[in-house]
Amino acid sequence: MGMTHIVDRRLNGKNKSAVNRERFLRRYRHHIKKAVSEAVQKRSITDIERGEKVSIPARDIQEPIFHHGPGGRREVVHPGNQEWVAGDTIPKPPGSGGKGQGQGQASPDGEGMDEFAFQITQEEFLEFLFDDLELPNLARKKLKDTEAFSYVRAGFTSQGVPAKLDVVRSLRGAHARRLGLGGARKKKIKDLEKQLEALRGAPEDLDPAFSHEDQIKVLEDEIARLKANVKRIPFIDEIDLRYRQHQKQPKPATSAVMFCLMDVSGSMTQMHKDIAKRFFILLYLFLKKNYKKIDVVFIRHHTSAKEVDEEEFFYSRETGGTIVSSALKLMHRIIEARYSPAEWNIYAAQASDGDNWNDDSPVCSKLLANSILPLVQYYSYIEITPQDHQMLWYEYEKILEQFPQSFAMQQIADPGDIYPVFRQLFERKAA
Amino acid sequence: MSSLIDRPNAPESEQPKAGTPISTGSEWTFELIQKYDEEIAKCAAEFGLDTYPNQVEVITAEQMMDAYSSVGMPVGYHHWSFGKQFLQTSKGYQRGQMGLAYEIVINSNPCIAYLMEENTLPMQALVIAHASYGHNSFFKGNYLFRTWTDASAIIDYLVFARNYVAECEERHGVDAVEEILDSCHALMNYGVDRYKRPAPISAAEEALRQKEREEYQQRRINDLWRTIPKPEEDDDPVKRKPRYPEEPQENLLYFIEKNAPLLETWQRELVRIVRKLAQYFYPQRQTQVMNEGWATFWHYTLLHRMYEKGLVTDGFMLEFLQSHTAVVYQPPFNSPWYSGINPYTLGFSIFTDLRRICENPTKEDREWFPDIAGKDWLETVHFAMRNFKDESFIQQFLSPKVMRDLKLFAIENDDQEDHYTVTAIHDDPGYRVLREKLARQYNLSYREPNIQVWNVNVRGDRSLTLRHIPVDRVPLGKETDEVLKHAHRLWGFDVHLESVDDGKVVEEHHCPPRGAEEA
Repeated sequence: MGMTHIVDRRLNGKNKSAVNRERFLRRYRHHIKKAVSEAVQKRSITDIERGEKVSIPARDIQEPIFHHGPGGRREVVHPGNQEWVAGDTIPKPPGSGGKGQGQGQASPDGEGMDEFAFQITQEEFLEFLFDDLELPNLARKKLKDTEAFSYVRAGFTSQGVPAKLDVVRSLRGAHARRLGLGGARKKKIKDLEKQLEALRGAPEDLDPAFSHEDQIKVLEDEIARLKANVKRIPFIDEIDLRYRQHQKQPKPATSAVMFCLMDVSGSMTQMHKDIAKRFFILLYLFLKKNYKKIDVVFIRHHTSAKEVDEEEFFYSRETGGTIVSSALKLMHRIIEARYSPAEWNIYAAQASDGDNWNDDSPVCSKLLANSILPLVQYYSYIEITPQDHQMLWYEYEKILEQFPQSFAMQQIADPGDIYPVFRQLFERKAA
Repeated sequence: MSSLIDRPNAPESEQPKAGTPISTGSEWTFELIQKYDEEIAKCAAEFGLDTYPNQVEVITAEQMMDAYSSVGMPVGYHHWSFGKQFLQTSKGYQRGQMGLAYEIVINSNPCIAYLMEENTLPMQALVIAHASYGHNSFFKGNYLFRTWTDASAIIDYLVFARNYVAECEERHGVDAVEEILDSCHALMNYGVDRYKRPAPISAAEEALRQKEREEYQQRRINDLWRTIPKPEEDDDPVKRKPRYPEEPQENLLYFIEKNAPLLETWQRELVRIVRKLAQYFYPQRQTQVMNEGWATFWHYTLLHRMYEKGLVTDGFMLEFLQSHTAVVYQPPFNSPWYSGINPYTLGFSIFTDLRRICENPTKEDREWFPDIAGKDWLETVHFAMRNFKDESFIQQFLSPKVMRDLKLFAIENDDQEDHYTVTAIHDDPGYRVLREKLARQYNLSYREPNIQVWNVNVRGDRSLTLRHIPVDRVPLGKETDEVLKHAHRLWGFDVHLESVDDGKVVEEHHCPPRGAEEA
């Protein structure tokens, strides 16, 4: 027969439903956002980077159609009769009327149907988590000319690597060159050959002085010489080669650096540290999601400050007293050494329980006001304490009055506050 | 188990197996699928199955879920509800709550059938026989499909629809389009002509005529609404004009498309698209038992024929029969797995019994089916396939034997009684009653509330009144008000729905709700 056409479709796109899925998430974004923010508060530090199960009440998601309700008189045929004969009656279970022997395809009122649950991916999770947030005061600083290049085509060049050889161009050049060099000679050869033929065809002259043989010889030699010349023209020469040329063009890039400052002193209980870490993890994910290229500097401090890597910042422990200014000083040194404010957008977030040596707090505010805030775009401070504020908070409040644009502070009392406070700090402000 | 393989329906001849099996393993390859298809096609030809050309597409489980969630449309416009279905399907599948269908088949020319790559070879063969020859010949032969759908145009139309919806989204925004589609979907079951045959849909024509239609429609609607409302006149019953429309209209979406006062032309076109799709799926909704029964009957018959020819092994048959038995399993009403009558079982039983009635009629059969008892079975099943829909098929061909085998019984649930009553069972006095009741159960206009356009207040507040005619006092469900909101969105003015039983209004719904006005 051979009418059947068998097709392997397995390699075709499998995400035919991707758009529909996206439409679905879009329609229920409010439900999903709520689920996401609840999830953030419940989750432990380490597993923020995964998807989430979202439940939506079934009634919100139902697509209504006209259908019959319970009531009236209806007759339904069922299979599997065992004992009944026509006319038998069966008492209805008490309080029923809806369920029982009603319709086959009952309306969706059974148990387990009142929630529509589904899984969103990690990417979608972060998308909803950081929806509407942005880094404030992001100014485009100097174009930074490191990796940020793109290559654009820029015509042809006679020098290059074999991989970029343009064969067509090269052969076209060679052809032109061969024409240029050989054309005149080939024409001459043709002329001579014509003469030669004419001579050969003509009757032999009686005078040996005009013997054709000599003339033929001369012509033949000349032709041979010219032919050899032409033959010496190479088919392709080095000067014919053309390479595709690409030019580096600097890509405009905004460079940003984020300083994360965290108090790890003895007064910070495990609970405090957990909250701080979770705040910073949120921040870190937020930054990673928004910027392909962003530097993050982690500074931990107790009585002295230390620049550490991400791993150590989040997961190792320390004890001791607290001198906040040590961290600020270190931050300032790092800015001076590596992050010129002319080139970098600088952000900082500091987490602490508010505990500090009292003598140090005025030092901190002075450091901030004089040497740090003038350099940074935005500095946020979160104080993790359910108790009354201490010296540091009041010092910082003065700073807030001075620098309302680039300084923000918030208090976090329990883990439930982390996400709302985070959102407050980075809410997208209407331009 | 061996008795199952003993070919209950096979003719007595050809006992010794002639050929050698096509394959012995259970892994499939494209060559093997091709081979099996060729042999199945030969068997199908022996039985006179007339089909569209086949296109068999091998897909992954994930792609099957995609196909699933677009309700079997190979090309669909984008809508969140398909996304919801996809999430539901994939969740169920990942948790192992449900297996995926073995196959999806599309009423198109060529007839597209999907095979899942996970299937074993016997399963692939079963699916090919079931979908590419069973369903396919049903699509091509059954009168409803012949009348209402155009298999060669559907894919083009779907492409047209998707592009049109995408264009609207670009021009008017995703939300605006989504709103209209939501509302159309709510009324989709009421977007079909049940009796009148529509012009077959053709994408090319559709695109061509669409511009024309736009202009024409707008003009027409303007005409209808040109009159300036004069409320005094309305109050006078003597001067009152006849209703508009003069006859009740069953196709709500059609009525809305043509008459809704405020819809813009692109919105009307969207209504039209949903309506056309509803019409395309309408025959499938009316022939579920027949269609599945026919396809099951044929995969069963064709693969047994292959077995007779010695083309498949005993092992193959064992696996095939295991799947087949699962497909036609009917849990009894008191089983936890029971969810109504299994259409595969019912349809398969009736077709199988038709063959038996032709080949080995009993006295009872001669009494009940004098026209077909002892006749050519192949002709009979083809006749049944071509000229009926579920309701009339059951009414015509459900035999006492099938009722006995399935132990059917009818039970009455009257909300005015405190007990259920068994009204008929599988015995002599019960057969006819039972058959009638079961047939009625498959009548769509009995299964769905009978709601029609009753009147438009053309000269007054432009409100639309729908009328519901209840059967046996069965009221409307609790989503009714929600659906009315959608009707209201499309219509643009007040929408009323009244249930009228015996000339008396027994139930009323209004959108916006009546109470709200006074408040």
